Amino acid sequence: MLETITFSLLNGLLYGMLLFMLSSGLTLIFGMMGVLNFAHASFYMLGAYFAYTMGLYTGFWVALFLAPVIVGLLGAVVERYGLRQVHQHGHVPELLFTFGLAYVIEELVRLFWGNVPMNYRVPEALDFPLFSLFGTNYPAFRVFVLVVAIAMFVGLYLLLKRTRAGLIIQASLSRPDMVSALGHNVPQVFMWVFAFGTGLAALGGVVGGIQLVTEPGMAFMMGPIVFVVVVVGGLGSIQGALIASILIGVLQTFALSVDWSLANVGILFGYAVPPDSIFATLWYMDSTRIAPILPYLLLVLMLIFRPRGLMGKRES
Amino acid sequence: MSASQTKSASSARPSAGTLVQHTWPWLAAVAVALVLPLIFTSSHALTMMSHMGVMIIFALSYNMLLGNTGLLSFGHAVYFGLGGYMAMHMLRYIEATGFGMPLELVPLVGAAGGLLFGLIFGSVSTRRAGVVFAMISLGIGEMVSASSLMFTGFFGGEAGLFGNREAPTSLFGIDYGPGIAVYYLVVAWALIAAVLIFMLRKTPLGWMANAVRDNPERAQFVGYNPVMVRFVQFVLSATFAGLAGGLFIIADEIITDETVGMIQSGIVLLSAYIGGIGVFIGPVIGAILVVFLESELSSVTDAWLLYFGLLFVGVVMFAPQGLAGLGFQWFAALRSGDWGGSMLARGYAAGTLLVALVGLVAVIEMAYHIFRHWNPQEPMTLFLVTFNATNALPWVLAFGVIAAAIAVYVVHARPMLKQAAGRKEGQA
Repeated sequence: MLETITFSLLNGLLYGMLLFMLSSGLTLIFGMMGVLNFAHASFYMLGAYFAYTMGLYTGFWVALFLAPVIVGLLGAVVERYGLRQVHQHGHVPELLFTFGLAYVIEELVRLFWGNVPMNYRVPEALDFPLFSLFGTNYPAFRVFVLVVAIAMFVGLYLLLKRTRAGLIIQASLSRPDMVSALGHNVPQVFMWVFAFGTGLAALGGVVGGIQLVTEPGMAFMMGPIVFVVVVVGGLGSIQGALIASILIGVLQTFALSVDWSLANVGILFGYAVPPDSIFATLWYMDSTRIAPILPYLLLVLMLIFRPRGLMGKRES
Repeated sequence: MSASQTKSASSARPSAGTLVQHTWPWLAAVAVALVLPLIFTSSHALTMMSHMGVMIIFALSYNMLLGNTGLLSFGHAVYFGLGGYMAMHMLRYIEATGFGMPLELVPLVGAAGGLLFGLIFGSVSTRRAGVVFAMISLGIGEMVSASSLMFTGFFGGEAGLFGNREAPTSLFGIDYGPGIAVYYLVVAWALIAAVLIFMLRKTPLGWMANAVRDNPERAQFVGYNPVMVRFVQFVLSATFAGLAGGLFIIADEIITDETVGMIQSGIVLLSAYIGGIGVFIGPVIGAILVVFLESELSSVTDAWLLYFGLLFVGVVMFAPQGLAGLGFQWFAALRSGDWGGSMLARGYAAGTLLVALVGLVAVIEMAYHIFRHWNPQEPMTLFLVTFNATNALPWVLAFGVIAAAIAVYVVHARPMLKQAAGRKEGQA
């Protein structure tokens, strides 16, 4: 029991941190520009693929730094020549633009790398068990992912709260007109925030591609969950995104690992639904089968009862 | 008969001319729909045209939300799919028990399903518009498509559910075995749905939906509750989506959980938007185009999804009013004589861009040949020319054509276009 709980917590934390790496960029983009970037997970995918291909020539460590930079520059181009062009037509076309972009990026990835998953492996330097718990080895790479994610959170937090650039970004989040009136080039700030955000997603992809899977469907798989994190965490709030990511990660991992149903709870109270009742399907449903809908249930409930999210200061 | 006609009837007697003017597009559409199966007689074409009819209803119902009420939904397939499942369960029930519902009315079961789930999900999602609504619709869409794996009894698991459309009786004694009978059934329902949706736009509800889309606060001042308007529009839209789902299962006799999925929701959004959400005919054109591309382009080229995505991005970037909106705009400009002096320049600019597009298609096709063909050395045929795509020459040629065409456009055609347009303005 204790073993299950410990491992579920650890793995949930790991998955949550991966989600955070993916969504921290989006929460900035969304909070600042109001753009629900559907292609955000596609940049995550590009990060994984670029790092894989680059890693074949330069090794993992160079790719870890270079791939996010390249993807970030790509993001800047997309913002400058795509989004900004569409921006004049309003928010809905912006959103639809990223929606179409996600399709195009997925098809291009399928074109260049094929449909099968890549053999994107843990780098040798990290391919050893770091410690063992209850007789099970815990891989060093997972701890590395945690460390990268924590470093990212701390770096982002310091950047936003302690530097002048962060001050301008934060100001642009809430009062773009005023920032513009003070002489800052707000569209350019947008462009760099977009580039930075996509770069962060790519960094998530570099490690996430190893930890999860690197295949053309990965963006489509992660895309909606990233929205859940951003909305639940609250607009433009890095801390909120962190809390929401870990919450969702742990929630889903637990639902997958404990294999309970409402019937187990019912037995504690000496109650059971007869198997032929219409509620029986729901009553005897394993939590492993409920797990996929949990994040979306959380999203819908959050939007109904607290639309500004856990830590958000204003509504979207 | 549209509501605008009845309105004009009350104020002034309609002349035969206005009546013809208002109804001829409908009559023309009906005539084309009736004649088409006489030209395209293959069963493949009939299936595709039936799908077009289903998609037209679905896209029109979607536009009741996006175009008329300003609600961007990412989960509209929920009502299409659940309506389809309801109709499928009814079809199976009829087959099992001999229940006396005729096949013509089975789509109404789908509509009732759409209505039911529209009431449930609409009550929680229409309280807010904008991004919040979009996100809730996304969440509900994901929840329903994920729960298709939980409730395998209702959704039939991965294999889906089958039915037999010949089991029920028919109101008119028609044998629905052959595809052509189903096609005409789809046409009849599509026509009814399109007329109803068109008339709904002209009711006070339709106008209030527009007001709520443009300025909810002022709509509230006039004395209407925006939440209620959104809710009613949402429920009606879900009902028509369910109707489309009910027709879909009659055409295909099978339904899988893909119909409630996010891809289906994406396709209806693409259809409505590519066609144009600002004009009534837009989603119809979009639906026809998207079903046609899905069915035909995929057999011509492997890159069809890429073209599809590029088409969508192109429409969003350069023609946000959609293809139908663009057509109307151009037609109006042409008629008002705005283009008089600039026709040549316009044709020239369009020509250069078209050449660039041909070059782009060549690059994409060659790239797919190189990366996806089991033997890239094998000669490929494109634009009636057979060549080896691993040579440098075709690539240089293709990129050269793109670069040259774009250069001509930027250096010569665009200034000429601007000059022609400027001269026109100067005269005015």
